[in-house]
Amino acid sequence: MQAIVQYWEGLPVIMQISAKITLLLTPLLLAVAYTTFAERKIIGYIQIRIGPNRVGPRGFLQPIADALKLLTKEVIVPTNANRYLFLTAPVLAIAPSLAAWAVVPFDDGMAIADINAGLLYILALTSLGVYGIIVAGWASNSRYALLGSLRSAAQIISYEIAMGFALVGVIMAAGSLNLGEIVEAQRGSVYHWFLLPLLPLFLVYFISGVAETNRAPFDVAEGESEIVAGFHVEYSGMAFAVFFLAEYANMILISALTALLFLGGWLSPLEGLLPQAAFALPVIGWVLDGGIHWFLAKTAFFLFLFLWFRATFPRYRYDQIMRLGWKVLIPVTIVWLFLEGVAVAFGLGPWFA
Amino acid sequence: MATAIVQFFKTFMLWELLVGLKLTGRHLFRRKITVQFPEENTPISPRFRGLHALRRYPNGEERCIACKLCEAVCPALAITIESAPREDGTRRTTRYDIDLFKCIYCGFCEEACPVDSIVETHIQHYHFETRGEQIMTKEKLLAIGDKYEAEIAAARAADAPYR
Amino acid sequence: MTVEEILFYAMSTVLVAAAVAVITVRNPVHAALALVLAFFATAFHWVMLEAEFLGILLVLVYVGAVMVLFLFVVMMLDINIARMREGFARFLPVGLVVAVGMMGLMAMVVGAGVFRIPGPERAAADHSNTAALGHLLYTEYVYPFEIAAVILLVAIIAAIALTLRRRPGTLHLDPGRQARVRRNERVRMVKMHSEKQ
Repeated sequence: MQAIVQYWEGLPVIMQISAKITLLLTPLLLAVAYTTFAERKIIGYIQIRIGPNRVGPRGFLQPIADALKLLTKEVIVPTNANRYLFLTAPVLAIAPSLAAWAVVPFDDGMAIADINAGLLYILALTSLGVYGIIVAGWASNSRYALLGSLRSAAQIISYEIAMGFALVGVIMAAGSLNLGEIVEAQRGSVYHWFLLPLLPLFLVYFISGVAETNRAPFDVAEGESEIVAGFHVEYSGMAFAVFFLAEYANMILISALTALLFLGGWLSPLEGLLPQAAFALPVIGWVLDGGIHWFLAKTAFFLFLFLWFRATFPRYRYDQIMRLGWKVLIPVTIVWLFLEGVAVAFGLGPWFA
Repeated sequence: MATAIVQFFKTFMLWELLVGLKLTGRHLFRRKITVQFPEENTPISPRFRGLHALRRYPNGEERCIACKLCEAVCPALAITIESAPREDGTRRTTRYDIDLFKCIYCGFCEEACPVDSIVETHIQHYHFETRGEQIMTKEKLLAIGDKYEAEIAAARAADAPYR
Repeated sequence: MTVEEILFYAMSTVLVAAAVAVITVRNPVHAALALVLAFFATAFHWVMLEAEFLGILLVLVYVGAVMVLFLFVVMMLDINIARMREGFARFLPVGLVVAVGMMGLMAMVVGAGVFRIPGPERAAADHSNTAALGHLLYTEYVYPFEIAAVILLVAIIAAIALTLRRRPGTLHLDPGRQARVRRNERVRMVKMHSEKQ
């Protein structure tokens, strides 16, 4: 162990960072692949079907089969399409959704870059994802693609405001932009999590998160019944797969952020409920105590919600989406920010004390 | 007024959405109704209209008497029949072709047949690999009839009370 | 050359190239995307100057919102490039005068020591740029800041008021009313006896 640590310390910084990025991205991309599998399985189960179960034991190799299929397919560039932008668009879509993970802390201090303005960084990067969609829609030289990308761009910008306001509430409650400090501010017990005092903001944040990722019921950008597949109609093969990966990476990111900002990230929900002695037990204590497993469990729960929503709710009409974003979510956040400001000013316990 | 207030709070508590989520959540744990096709099959009615067959009498004599009622009734003009007297003087078909690309599996031929010769069996999984294979000739139809006579007879017996 | 210098020159090259591309590229969408790249490079410079709050804000506001709307409009417009180029020679003298004037003004404001402004001092590792900025804005510059906020608010309301028009006779749905509808308001159960055989 000592030797490994010493070897690690001796490596050049750039290699350390690359190793960390690899360690983060490999499980992340695997998780993305298996989210697609989980989606098909869970939605299947909700529709009383059993979903894919032919490739490998119980269908567990399905995502790999899908990836192989897409890899071997031809990437077709439509006539009169803008070739360079057409091929850059998937990269523009996936790069921000992966780069945002740099500041996500999995455990105390377990982040690639523990920067001060972490939340702002994430907000900036998630707002960049829209470029992939816009550029894809425009470069495809297709009406459906352009319509889909315009819808999606308008939708993402509208919901970014509500999302930003919800985050302002978290920042006010935590007094910091650093994700690690935001989690630490929720330490204590389940009642100290921001879920309770910021419940409306939590709902607004998650709803806008679903809308930002263009997921059902806010998936007008790819509404099959109206505009075929929206911005990625013209894409095939790996270029299409990259869009797919970006969408799912964004979903996981939103779930992880919700867990960090409102559900205390890696903090254990049993904290403050059990006596201190319980956490000192050999193996059970480690499970009960806060750690990366709690963070992953919370993230998985929100990811499940994404799929559950998709299986439950019918798609919003475009004007209804705009109405919900501008006339419902934003006023709700403003009202709650005002109330929260009052609570912070008076030091309402236990959250704002 | 009271209902309006209740409605207002219900809206903000996402009540209707929770009701919907509860419904789908319950279905998540319901018993699945998927039929694993190649291993399992859905039950088939005795009236099922699948691949055609020509039947014989128990003594081995073919039933078809070349009356051409099926050819006449066929709405898709899928049946072609040519007939001639056999050596023993009985009237028999020399050609009995069904084009399965034309056939719409309506079952009229089966109903028109006075001797229960042409029937539609329960066979539903079949395919053609080359052009021309879709023409079911008399030999092919008789072979199918010979092979599945037991099943065909059983299906007919099961449906007999309703005819 | 240190790593920082290499990064600085690399990003500066990108910035200048992107800025040149904005005004030379024929396709307006390409120009808008080049502007996005220029904003990025600028944000990078700000982060290198340890102004990470401003750098990220630049990306968030300009790249994430303003330029998206810009692209939005540019994509929808059918711009006739040939017609736009017609007046190039005619407006060149005026344009040159404006450009020289702008350069002069910029030089007077920033270029006191011919662009030789000393770099900021190194801050401590736990120095929070965001907190420092907030502190300054809400103490020393609180009144200018609030006035700016009010002016922006007025502008927002004015923009909405200018575009808001209620045309009579348009069909309009009120989702609130739709959601309030109960079944017994719309459906009447009718009991009918079956006909005699």
